[in-house]
Formats: sequence, C-alpha cells, structure tokens
Amino acid sequence: MPPEIATTSARVARVSGPIVTAVGMRGAGMYEVVEVGELGLVGEVVRVIGDRATIQVYEDTTMLAPGVPVRRTGAPLSVSLGPGLIGNIYDGIERPLRAMQAHSGAWIVRGEKPPPLDTARRWTFEPRAALGQEVTEGQTIGEVPETQLVRHRILVPPGVGGKVTWIAEAGEHTIEERIAVLETSDGRRELTMVQRWPVRQARPIRRRLRIDEPLITGQRIIDTFFPLGKGGAAAIAGGFGTGKTITQHQLAKWSDAEVVVYIGCGERGNEMTDVLREFPELVDPRSGRPLMERTILIANTSNMPVAAREVSIYTGITLAEYYRDQGRNVAVFADSTSRWAEALRELAARLEEMPAEEGFPATLPTRLAQFYERGGAVTTLGGQRGWVSIVGAVSPPGGDFSEPVTQHTRRFIRCFWALDTELANARHYPSIHWLRSYSEYAEDVAAWWDKQAPEWAALRAEAMTVLQREERLQQIVKLVGPDVLPDTQRLILLAAEMLKNAFLAQSAFDEKDMCCLPVRQVALLRIVMTLYRRGREMIQAGAPLAELRGLPVVPEIMRAKSTYGNDEIDALREFESRVNEALDAFEKKYARQR
Amino acid sequence: MADLRFEIADHGLQYVGAARIEGPLVVVERVRDVGYDETVEITDAGGRTRLGRVLDISDTQAVVQVLEGTTGLSNAETRVRFLGESFRLPVSRRMLGRVFDGLGRPMDDGPPPVSADRRDINGLPINPHARRYPREFIQTGLSAIDGMNALVRGQKLPIFSGNGLPHDRLAAQIVRQATLLEETSEFAIVFAAMGVKHDVAQFFIRTFEDSGARVAMFLSLADAPSVERLMTPRAALTLAEHLAFDCGRHVLVLMTDMTNYCESLREVGTARGDIPGRKGYPGYLYSDLASLYERAGRIDDSPGSITQMAILTMPSDDISHPVPDLTGYITEGQIVLERDLAQRGIYPPIAGLPSLSRLMKDGVGEGYTRADHPALASQLFACYARVKQVRGLADVVGEEELSLLDRTYLEFGNAFEQRFLSQGEHENRSIEQTLDLGWDVLSMLPRDELHRLSDELLDTYYREPGEAKPDTGGDAQERAESDTESI
Repeated sequence: MPPEIATTSARVARVSGPIVTAVGMRGAGMYEVVEVGELGLVGEVVRVIGDRATIQVYEDTTMLAPGVPVRRTGAPLSVSLGPGLIGNIYDGIERPLRAMQAHSGAWIVRGEKPPPLDTARRWTFEPRAALGQEVTEGQTIGEVPETQLVRHRILVPPGVGGKVTWIAEAGEHTIEERIAVLETSDGRRELTMVQRWPVRQARPIRRRLRIDEPLITGQRIIDTFFPLGKGGAAAIAGGFGTGKTITQHQLAKWSDAEVVVYIGCGERGNEMTDVLREFPELVDPRSGRPLMERTILIANTSNMPVAAREVSIYTGITLAEYYRDQGRNVAVFADSTSRWAEALRELAARLEEMPAEEGFPATLPTRLAQFYERGGAVTTLGGQRGWVSIVGAVSPPGGDFSEPVTQHTRRFIRCFWALDTELANARHYPSIHWLRSYSEYAEDVAAWWDKQAPEWAALRAEAMTVLQREERLQQIVKLVGPDVLPDTQRLILLAAEMLKNAFLAQSAFDEKDMCCLPVRQVALLRIVMTLYRRGREMIQAGAPLAELRGLPVVPEIMRAKSTYGNDEIDALREFESRVNEALDAFEKKYARQR
Repeated sequence: MADLRFEIADHGLQYVGAARIEGPLVVVERVRDVGYDETVEITDAGGRTRLGRVLDISDTQAVVQVLEGTTGLSNAETRVRFLGESFRLPVSRRMLGRVFDGLGRPMDDGPPPVSADRRDINGLPINPHARRYPREFIQTGLSAIDGMNALVRGQKLPIFSGNGLPHDRLAAQIVRQATLLEETSEFAIVFAAMGVKHDVAQFFIRTFEDSGARVAMFLSLADAPSVERLMTPRAALTLAEHLAFDCGRHVLVLMTDMTNYCESLREVGTARGDIPGRKGYPGYLYSDLASLYERAGRIDDSPGSITQMAILTMPSDDISHPVPDLTGYITEGQIVLERDLAQRGIYPPIAGLPSLSRLMKDGVGEGYTRADHPALASQLFACYARVKQVRGLADVVGEEELSLLDRTYLEFGNAFEQRFLSQGEHENRSIEQTLDLGWDVLSMLPRDELHRLSDELLDTYYREPGEAKPDTGGDAQERAESDTESI
C-alpha cells in the first residue's frame, strides 16, 4: 500500500445517499480510495472540481454528517491477488464474507475491513526459478497447490523484472512472507505471494489469440446449437421467471473451465446461499473433485450498498484475469449485468449527470464494452495461453429486448441466448429459444467439433432446419389444425416435438442429465435425426405416420436422455442400434406390403 | 392526532423557520451536526408535531422529508428539531397482538411499546454467507400452491393480483391454514397495510381474530399521509426480524398493497426532483424494493425464519408494469391471479402457468413431501401448457375439428381447473390429497403423453381409464367420470 497522504483539511461537505461531497481534497485522483468519517467507510473519488471531490461510498451512509474527516489513501480501488481466493466468497469490494460472519455475525456491519486473504494460513510453496535467473513480468517463479484442482502459479507482477538474487526454498509460507528478491533496474524488489491490482484497469497481456475452441458447458442447446467460444462473450437475456439464474448456475457447474468466478450482482441473497450450499457437494464430472475447489464467488446482493454493486463486476473480472495470467481457462458468470447498469444509473442520477436513454448515463455502452472486452483468448505476459470467457445475464424490464441494456450488450457479445417466457411457462428448461438465439462462434469452433464428432455440423444444420420449418407449420396449424397437413409435414411436427423433449429440454435436477458431455450430445441428436430422416423416406414411400409414431422406441427416445448417463455411452449406442433395427423392421413391413 | 410517544433523547438545537416547503419536503438552512437519514421532529404553528427524516444534508441546508404530510406548515412558524439518530423502533415480543400506525405508534388503547432494544428500521443487510437455504415445506392447504408452487419457510412469495380479484381472501386463507408439516409451533404474523381501505384492514383484523393467530399490525391506511407508507413495511420488518432472529419464532409477514408503497416512493422521488425512470418511478425502485424483500429468510445461529407474502395489484392487470416486474425479479417466484379464471367462478383463481415458486425444487419430494411431487408438478405444468395451446386452436377451428387427443386435453384442462385448482375458502387439503388429486386428473390423459414421469412413478400412481383408485375407493373416480360426461 502506498503511504497515507496526510490531509487534515479534507472533510465531508454534503451527503446524499451513497454520494458524498468532500472539500479540502485538492490533489485527489479520480478513482482514488478514501475512508470517510470515524467509521472509515470505504469510498471512491468519482469527480474532482477544484478542491471539491465527489465520492461514491460503498457502505451505508446513515448518520454521516458534514464536517467529519475524510482520509485519502492515494491509491485506486485495488484487490489482493494470491492463494486463498478459490473457494472463498467476497462482497463487491473483496471483503471476505466468511471471515466477516465469523467476526461480527449474520449482519454486515459498517466500517469492517478484514484482509481479503487469510494471512495466517501457511501454503506449500515450490520455487520455479533459480538463483541468478533473469525473470520477466508475468513469469512463474513458484507454485502453490491452492486446491486439489488448482495449482496456483506465483507470477512476477506486471511491470517488474530482473535477476533473482534470493528465492525461498520449498516449504510452508504465509502469503505475506518474502518468497523472492529481484535485482531490478530500479533497485532491489521483494516479492511475496500477493500482488495488488486496480480493479478498473485490465491486467496486461502479450497478445490476443483467435478463438477456435468451444467452452463446453454440458448443456445441449448451448454446446450443439449456440456454442460459446473459449475466451468469448455471451449474454443470456430473459424476463423474470425464465430461468436465467438456474441456467447460469448450470453453466458455472458444468462448464469445462478450470476456474469459475461467479458474480452475484444485485440479485437474491438466497441464490448465493444455494451456490454455497450446493457447489461443495457437487462433483466435477471431469476431475471428480468438488466444484467449490475451482470456484470464487462475489456476492453483492440487491440489498447491499449500490456503489459496491457497481464495482463488483470489475472485482470479479480482475480475479479472473489473474488466473488467466497463470495460463488458466477461466469463466466469469455475471448475474445480472442489468442490476449493474441500474447501479450505474442510480449513481449517475445522484451525481446529477444528464441522462440518456431511459435514465441510463450516456456512458453505458462504453462501460459495457470495457467489461466484455476484458474477456478473450490471449497469450499472457509469461507466454502461456489463457482464457477468460464471460457470460452476462441481462434482465430486461418486462422481458422487452429492445431496452438499452439488452441492445447495447448485443453490440459487444457474439453469442446471445434468448430466454422465452412461453417455454418457461411450460417448464421447458433451459428456456433458450432456438430461433431467437444466435452464436457467431459456431463457425469458429466447427473445426474443433469436426475432430470430436465429424457429423456435428451436419446434424446441427439439419435439426435447425426442422425447427425452423416447424415454426412456419405451426402458423398454419394455429389456423386450421394439424389434421389437414400431409403426413410428411406432420412428421416435421413430430420431429420438432422430439427434438424439444428428447434433446433441447434438459433438467437441471436430473442427476443423469444435468451435464451432457459432447459425445452423448451428438449421440442423442443423431438418434432423433435418424428417426426423422428414415421416417421421411418411409412416409414418402407410403408408410402412415401414425404407425411410425406408435413404434415402441419413440417414447424410449423421449426418455433416453435420462436413461443413459455420461458413463453409459455404450448402452446408448446399443439403444441406437435397437432404434435402427426397429426402423429396419418397419421399413421391411412396408416394402413387403408394396 | 396522537402526541409523539417516541422516547427519543431530547437533544439537539431547535431551528425556527424553513427556507422552502415543497410537497412532502421541508428545506432548513444553516444547520449544524446533522446526519444523513437522521430523524427530525417538526412542530407547526399550532404546536402539532410530525416526524420526518433527512434526505440530503450539506454544509448549508438539510432537506427533510416530512412523513406525516406538510399540510399547515408555514415558512416562518415551523420549528425543526434534529433528534440525533436515525429512525428507530422499540421492539419486543409483547408487540404481538397490538395495532400500530404506519410509524409504529400504538393505535389501539394500549400503552406505547417500551423496550431498551430500539432498532434502526432500515435494518442491516444479511451477510449472504450467513443465510441458511430455505427448505421446509409449508402446507397452505391450497392445491394450486402446495402442489405446483409450494411455499417454503423463509421464502418471499408475493401475490400478483388485480383490482377486484380475491387476493385478500386468498391471503387470509393462507394465514389461517399455513402449517409446517412436522411441527406444531404456530406462525407469528406481522401485518403491514399500506394505503389499503379501512374495510380491507377490518377484514384482515377479523380474520386474524377468528383464527386466533398472534398478530402485530402496522396500518397506514388509505387516508393516512402517503409518505408514511415508506416507513410502514420497514417498521413491520424490523419487528419481524426481532421475533424471528432474536426470539426464534417463525414469522409470516404479510404486506399489502406494494403498489401503493411504490406510488408513495414515486411521489417523494418526483418532489425531490429525481430523474424519473419507467412510468415515472425513480431509477432506484429496484434497490428500494430489494431492501424490503431481502429481509426475509433464515440465518445461521437462529431457529426462526421470516416468510414474506406481499400482495400487489397490477395496474390494468399488466404483469410487465414496473411494480410487478421488479418485484418478480427480486422475490422467489410469484402467485399470479387470473381474471379469466375468477370470472368463470374458480376460486382461488391462481393462474396455472405464470405462477412460480423458485424454492419449491428444494422443499418438496422425497423426505419433504412425497417422492412423486416434483415430477408430478412438472408434468401438470407441461400438460396445462398444452391445454392452453389446444384452447387457442379450438377457438379458431372449433372443438369438433380437434383430434381425439386434443379433445382429451381439453377435458383434462377443465378437470384440472374445476377439481384441482378450485376449492372452498375453508377447504384445507393435505399435501397427500393434493397430490392424489393431481394424479386423478393426469390419469385422464393417455400414459404415453406423460413424458416427464418415470415408468416407476407411472406404475405406482397412474390409473388406466376405468381402473379404480387404489386406496380411497371409487369415489373420486366416479366424480371424475361424471365431470367428464358433463363437459
């Protein structure tokens, strides 16, 4: 921490909710952190005019009075980065909620500032640099097994480099102990396992890479139809009750990221409790370890101070970038970016800024772009490949996608999952609408899928055609009923229904189906499409649809997703052969009749 | 009007004269040592006192929001005293059984509550890490709620209604019937009325008296100053928190009508010159509502709980209006009342599809209610959604043109509404009765249509047409048949 700046004259002049004006602040920098009043409420300078500064305070300002002192810290709002982040839960300004509960009980009291990382815990440090070695910024100088899933790499901080003149031997160290000494061009520099970084500033990288792999989420409609590129950005939008949060939870649970940062931003307290309760019990299907061993939670629920909600997004993304810099595949889930935008609006209104669309500040699109652009596939300063993928939930008022947050978000993401109220009402989850969603990553990741399952692209295109044709046919059905349609068209209705039930709908509570690995996704889709393709030929040859529909394998296909789990691929293949045999028999029967 | 009976330390200067009086706001100049959100006592020329609070404070002036209206205040004669603390409510368990006004002052003939424990009515946010996830099923005795939108202890589940719909009767029935399955302890009830009419308040008071429940009431009725309503739910929730988390009681908080609360917020926001958002409501409506709704739940180290049921009337039945919209984003689901059902004489007219309980998934099923519960509810939702589609089609092509299967769906839909949803105002169904009834109506559909139920469940509970009900005999089955015939 930089030395405290002695200012005896700085004091509060005005208080209006979370916005405080202070005088005697000459020399204060934008986004400098200050402590206000006797309680030392944490705030951030957001405007400077002459010696007056406007401060947004991250805590409740009740009974704060003009005249009380303001203490400057001289540094922008920064987070501590080091071992101990994983498995922890923080508020919007990286205060550890678990430690705060241990200290002061169930309620969040003001002015508390416990250290974000456990300073007493001893970590097993293993050096990765030799005495006399020249190291550069971002280079790994040691490793710490943070959890069973994550080996934490201790990096040379950005902007630092030089010759290692001392390095700790393998052993137990706390995060504050010196673990290396560098001889830099500016002199001697001691390193610990912790570094600090200002949250509003993106951590530097060497270069950006092309996105060419998907982030596998275990959700069929996403991975197969609207894939998210690893390092890409997606938005999930829907009115209340459409299942945004459950879908976000599903992604946080089952995506193949190595580290997950889940930001609960202005949402319900119980949802964070749900994650805290569930994640330690759930097991990652790939590694067999509890999911909490790769998860960091940021919880700034809707009733916590609004200014801290605004900053929680940046806190979360900074933690993600830090793990990316260690060469990790990191995914950030922000629920909900609309609440964050509302926090911006609320603060802008208190600052008496001129409002743009629907009262949001004119800077909204810039702020959104800055956030989503902190994701990406990169080469880190240390020369490794790292990824930050971002999924932001959007909660449009009244479910209307034409509102500013949804509209501007769509400009800065390339994958859009539109949740649909009608599907949610029919309890079809995830209620991602297949015709209103899109992913520009589908082509970028096609090569990857081609290696896993060569038929992926063809099956996907064919299934999409069925769903599109069904939408048009439904217009007719709504007018005249399905009975007047010829069997070939009614087969499309049947195929679409099967796609919806047997493939697109995926229960978050079905043990076998909550996560669907790529192989199984393709197999399930192939079964439905086989029935459709072969059924079409037979119907064209004169077989009646009713009989095809009446085949005993049809209801079995509907339930196949919850009958055959990820570890029962062989049984699923057998089932697929049985479907083909049933179709063979059906075909023969009609061949004979003719 | 009653005198101020608050025990507030008598200190601070009294300022004479207000610079400006505008709507509910009074601006006082040249004040010293005044804090944000401090409580203010305003005395008019006639010696009558009112309470207020500081909305904005600077070196030069304090903007005071008067909670009891500014009628009769004048620039020169108004005297203002700052009370040196934020708005506080004395809390004690003896407040159960009492009636208070919107600011927590007694309205019955009893003495003012005395307690050393005086709480800031804004409360403190619960540390998300300290919350306990709500899981215990509350049986309301209403099939539409228990079967399909189950309420759990510590949940916040509002009722979205419209003018003229029976939300009050429904809320009263829930209060009467709500029980926890394996516990005998009764709910303590805290009731906050904001801007409702006297006779509605009377209805609730009578209901509470009849049921013998222990109730604390905070009434800010339609003729009370609208600004007072901003404090009413906060006062009520402050007491609820004390009862739940200090005294270990299970508390049910009933708040009606949230739409009136939001109107008051808009009124104050407009007077203060806030930038209006959607439909003129201030941009902080979401955060403000959250500061109320999030005061529900359970916490570590306390056996008690706060379950919240807020009633709001949707202006012109519009669920996308900001008040229901933002509420739905904060609460854990919603019970939506439907005018169409009400007009067809179905009580409770709980809409099948838009109603939702987000916490149901963890409070029902094996070990909570019955193993078939979650899948059964999901299947009922799916089939009822299909009914809605078929009805749409029938409106266009006529019922005769429908396929046999679709006609069966229509029959199912009618039975679902007439027998499952519909029930008497004093009919209290056990969860088993509700689930069996669900299977009764589902069994009208061909077994192949029920994709969301496992074979195991179907083997146990599904009854082929004509097959007698396994346990309770053919009574319900006969009813089902006669219903079917009459359709």
